[in-house]
Amino acid sequence: MSAAYESMWKDLGLDLAAHDVLLQVLGNAYRDIFLSQKDRPGGMDYFNFVMSEVHGLRIKELLESKKKGKKVIGSFCVFVPEEIVRAADATLVGLCTGADFATDEVDKILPRNTCSLIKSAFGFKLGKVCPYIESADMIVGENTCDGKKKSYEVLNTLVPHLYVMDLPQTKSAEGRAVLKSEYYRFKEAVEGLCGVRIDAAMLKKGIDIVNAKRKAIHRLSKLRKADPAPISGLDALLINQVYFYDDPARFTESVNKICDELEQRIKEKKGVFPQGTPRILLSGCPMAVPNWKLPWIIETSGAVIVGEESCVGERGTRNLTDNSGQTVEELMDAIVERHFQIDCAIFTPNPDRLNHVKEMYREYNANGVIHYGLQFCQPYQIESYSVEKALEGEHIPTLRVDTDYSMEDVEQLKTRVEAFIERLK
Amino acid sequence: MQAAGIDVGSRTIKLVVLDVTSGDIVSYRRTETTFNPHEQCQRILSPRQWDALVATGYGRKLVQENFEAHAITEIQAHALGARKMFPQCKAILDIGGQDTKAIALDERGKVRKFEMNDRCAAGTGKFLEFMATSFQVPIERFGDFALSGNAGLTINSMCTVFAEAEATSLMARGHNPQDIALALHLSVVKRSVSMLKRVATESPLVFSGGVARNRCVATLVAKELNSTILIPPEPDLIGALGAALHCRQRMLSGDSRAQS
Repeated sequence: MSAAYESMWKDLGLDLAAHDVLLQVLGNAYRDIFLSQKDRPGGMDYFNFVMSEVHGLRIKELLESKKKGKKVIGSFCVFVPEEIVRAADATLVGLCTGADFATDEVDKILPRNTCSLIKSAFGFKLGKVCPYIESADMIVGENTCDGKKKSYEVLNTLVPHLYVMDLPQTKSAEGRAVLKSEYYRFKEAVEGLCGVRIDAAMLKKGIDIVNAKRKAIHRLSKLRKADPAPISGLDALLINQVYFYDDPARFTESVNKICDELEQRIKEKKGVFPQGTPRILLSGCPMAVPNWKLPWIIETSGAVIVGEESCVGERGTRNLTDNSGQTVEELMDAIVERHFQIDCAIFTPNPDRLNHVKEMYREYNANGVIHYGLQFCQPYQIESYSVEKALEGEHIPTLRVDTDYSMEDVEQLKTRVEAFIERLK
Repeated sequence: MQAAGIDVGSRTIKLVVLDVTSGDIVSYRRTETTFNPHEQCQRILSPRQWDALVATGYGRKLVQENFEAHAITEIQAHALGARKMFPQCKAILDIGGQDTKAIALDERGKVRKFEMNDRCAAGTGKFLEFMATSFQVPIERFGDFALSGNAGLTINSMCTVFAEAEATSLMARGHNPQDIALALHLSVVKRSVSMLKRVATESPLVFSGGVARNRCVATLVAKELNSTILIPPEPDLIGALGAALHCRQRMLSGDSRAQS
């Protein structure tokens, strides 16, 4: 696809040589990890196509919509309410944070003991290889963990339109008030950017677009309860990742289409792994494209992943936004209410998450939980202790894995994961 | 019928052959892994005297792919092997060439929980070997060398490179090499025991892996845990023994085909 989009990438200011390297690495990884899987649902063809065009056709679409006046907003977090963005007829995209890139440049401005996710965001910017960040009319940072919070101060010197959203750290009345006032401030910023005034009808439309996307994911998740699993965890993760990039209506339709196919598979008792394959619930830090290392290790070690307790997964898509309000205030309250329930580890205390992990373990008929902590991610790494204790208290087999985006620990991880799976058999 | 287990470790390759009917050990041997593990495996595996083979260790996939074997992890292999030697065993500390593992077993001997060292070889056999070289003491004698030292010094760094720098500066300050060696051993033990305490506090504990041959490490582990520990006569063979036992189980349960 390279040649056809070269001038587009050049206009965006990408470093073409570096970008070619990235696409090649990405393409090879995709082939080895995804296309090599057996018995994939036919509906994955759509997602293969999306991935093959993730820096191509999708960017072209965004740029064409920009020409018509539609704005593009980039985000790093599920606390950025997509409903408000869609209400203003703008596009929200997730920004690239799933791979190491331009690490030498990143090491010059961030401490080495910064998590891979933050480093990756900077690497894609400094290496000039992310067409999304370069297409964005506004980039939203959010004060979640200290690493992100402080690094946005640095990112602000590298990008022209950074908007920082403050977030509460406790699930208190005061916390809710902070979220509410921040969402109103964000609504105003989006209105300013797009030159519109968001009314109740627009807000409701925004809510409906995003709810439809979430509902499709909920449907997919339910189908993963079946044994044999009708879809691999890798493919389901990919769909959850594409959630952040794709046109929402088209995405919703494609997910529903693959769900029709999976329903048929379940009727025929057809799966991607044999019945009785050990079933894993993944829990922990988000996995952005192309962070597929751990799921790939798990699913090539004789187990299948049946759920993701993660922002790129159920933590991000759980709960719909109530669309029954009639006024902007009521609908905004519903958006606040829906997002305030997100059980991110930046909240203290965060008991909901422990309950959700246990609930998902049962719901998806899992046999064990693998907790994925991104190295130097203090909130999730520290909370992994409580997660492990809560699970082991109920005799749920648990493995804690701390890793990053490098490949140097693959063999050690394989041994750990295989030994954990042996335990489940 | 004979069942074989091969443990391809970072430092040595071990083979144990069992009589399937009795479960007794028929033979065992070891060889260096070297830079060519494939060739070394070929050497230790011929002539073929067994009917089925199970591989473990970091090179298990190599054996699985090239020698018609089934593969299990070191964790499971050590659990099986230790339990065979000491049926009452509840916990295992295995220190090998590049891995340290702490394993907790349930009543039936199944793995309940385990932990391994991360991507760094500090606190493993490699670390001790590296240090022995810098002390110009053969690795086999390094433990006894350290045992003759006096306690009191501490090495704080667990990084092989920094620990050597610490040891060097202690030497430069005129400390006894034996005392420094003891401090290095103690640092390995402290690290291993803290890993062990995270997963298993039950006793009896079996200490396996090549490093269990080191008398200083064994003494210090028992002291740190304040209990007696069980060390098999050939501690480095426990992984291969476990693999052979797994192989025997597979054969007895009718799956005589070696391949998984």
